[in-house]
Amino acid sequence: MSQTAQTDERLEDEGVAVEGEPPDYGNLPEDSWFVKARRNHLALKLAPLGILALAALLFWYYQSLGLDPSKNIQQASALDWSTKLYPQLKQHLWIAFWSTVLVVVIAIPLGIALTRPPLRRYGPAIVTVANSGQALPAYGLLILFLALMGQGARTVIIGLVVYALLPVLRNTMVGLDAVDRGVIEAGRGMGMTKMQVLGRIELPLAVPVIIAGVRVAMILNIGMATLAYLIGGGALGVTIASGLKLQQDPVIIVGAAMVALVALTFDWVGALAETYLKPRGL
Amino acid sequence: MMSQDAKIRLDGVEKIYPGTKEPAVESLSLDVPQGEILVLVGPSGCGKSTTLRLINRMIEPTGGKIYLDGEDVTTVNPDHLRRRIGYVIQQIGLFPHQTIAQNIATVPKMLKWDKARIHQQVTELLEMVGLDAETYGGRYPKELSGGQAQRVGVARALGADPDIMLMDEPFGAIDPITRDRLQNEFLRVQEEIHKTIVFVTHDIDEAIKMGDRIAILGEKSRIRQIDTPERILAFPVDEFVADFIGSGSTLKGLHFEKVDSLELDPYPTMRLSDPKEVGYRGLLADPRHDWLLLLDDERRPIRWVNEQDLEQDGDITQESGTDVAAKVQTGATLFDTLEQMLISSAGVCVVVREDGSLHGVVEMTHLNQVIRRARREAREHYERLGAAS
Repeated sequence: MSQTAQTDERLEDEGVAVEGEPPDYGNLPEDSWFVKARRNHLALKLAPLGILALAALLFWYYQSLGLDPSKNIQQASALDWSTKLYPQLKQHLWIAFWSTVLVVVIAIPLGIALTRPPLRRYGPAIVTVANSGQALPAYGLLILFLALMGQGARTVIIGLVVYALLPVLRNTMVGLDAVDRGVIEAGRGMGMTKMQVLGRIELPLAVPVIIAGVRVAMILNIGMATLAYLIGGGALGVTIASGLKLQQDPVIIVGAAMVALVALTFDWVGALAETYLKPRGL
Repeated sequence: MMSQDAKIRLDGVEKIYPGTKEPAVESLSLDVPQGEILVLVGPSGCGKSTTLRLINRMIEPTGGKIYLDGEDVTTVNPDHLRRRIGYVIQQIGLFPHQTIAQNIATVPKMLKWDKARIHQQVTELLEMVGLDAETYGGRYPKELSGGQAQRVGVARALGADPDIMLMDEPFGAIDPITRDRLQNEFLRVQEEIHKTIVFVTHDIDEAIKMGDRIAILGEKSRIRQIDTPERILAFPVDEFVADFIGSGSTLKGLHFEKVDSLELDPYPTMRLSDPKEVGYRGLLADPRHDWLLLLDDERRPIRWVNEQDLEQDGDITQESGTDVAAKVQTGATLFDTLEQMLISSAGVCVVVREDGSLHGVVEMTHLNQVIRRARREAREHYERLGAAS
């Protein structure tokens, strides 16, 4: 505070009106709870509490079912933690994780390449192809890959990569294209190489948009992994499907709630990344 | 014109974009001596920005040679070339995710300066452009006003202390008041650092203010006239140049003449302590003037007095006659002087020395002589050039 005051004085000494300090953003009163909450990322901090509460609710519900093979063999075997739910959860996460990693590894470099002058003109065509991946019904897409590659989690992962490529590819391209031309021009004009401009300026500035794309892809993949059971990929979809087949509502509820919890948790992680990986100064 | 010791030299530089037949810049030759601000000015689309960007090869020339310090840089690594040349653009282009200090350190870091040296350089540059290093060094660009951001832009271009600066409408996007101040500050900084600067603008007034020399460019960056602002204003070589500098060139030319350069005729005066007869005699001896200037004992002008004032009863006092409203100091430009003359009722302007004592009185005929002399000299200069070639 005192430093600012000093500078202002100095400028006034030169017979100079103090140049505008950074503008006030919006007309919201400084103390409104809404502004404060946003500034402190309140929603981000409260979200894990909500997720934990839901998990506790699910746990309580699971306990209340009183699973006993002698009473209800169908429920008890479908919802057995160590032989069914836990391995399925692991499978689910495994599928979602690898498909997301592959999407990132493929789509970000591709997006970078397609915004460089030599390949720029192919951008729209490639985006159209990636678009069609998402335009196909997910079910159809998985069946298509089943026909091509046979059963198993590997097929599921590849299908999901095709499906979730678009958001990351598109966001990478949009994020890079949105970098102010003047900033790039200044960087080049000071003698930064094209790679330096890309690595030190364009990518850091595009990070928020790219991460938003990755977050969308990750949530898509968690949701889609539920369909993995269709082609023998396992995961939590198995529980939901058997619940439907056996007409056991508790089995459906537990399976669906677990998928929802996983999705919520990872969406929160994505939101954390978006908030804290954003470069300072933006 | 072509000398070997030019800092920047363009020799027949040409740019033809692929797929076009007409060159965007046609065979341009230009010398910029060390320490000069050369302003490229011309109507929109004349290729002045392109020309500037050919010098640091942001645009690769398709013909001709570029020399810096006599060294042919037409084919050296362009990235390394640009680290030797400061570059300021209208959009400024500060890196928003880096602090002001990091922004300014960009080129020194690429040149692998050590940390202490970079820190010292950043501090010096910020002070040079009038920003407190401690306050602003750690801030981010979005926390600056437009004027402050442009100062940082200039500091960043000076990062590794290049000899040469290229400035592309650097003050173009800034409000007129701040722009005027930044221009003055920049000229003051330039007096210390003596960089060789090529400056692009579309604003002839900015060109006149900033340029040691001005190159007026026509289509395809053809040089229509290149000279000091004084001579261009006094003698535009053709209609294109005359149109471009527009009306008021005579008035603008008055910015370049100082009031001390005038040969002023003696003007009737009397001191407060003199008897009235001195005043009568002064007015009689000089039939061209109806007024005389009343001075105090330090020869400082205090009042204008005419014959009626002298005829009134009593002594001449500090309240006699009328106030001396129009007054400039020696060192003022003729433009300021003319402005004073226009507001004064007598149509003349009193010139005083620094201590307030009378130097002389400027009348319209003096300005007239100056203007005619400037025009004659410029015309003779071009006639000599014409005869020589």
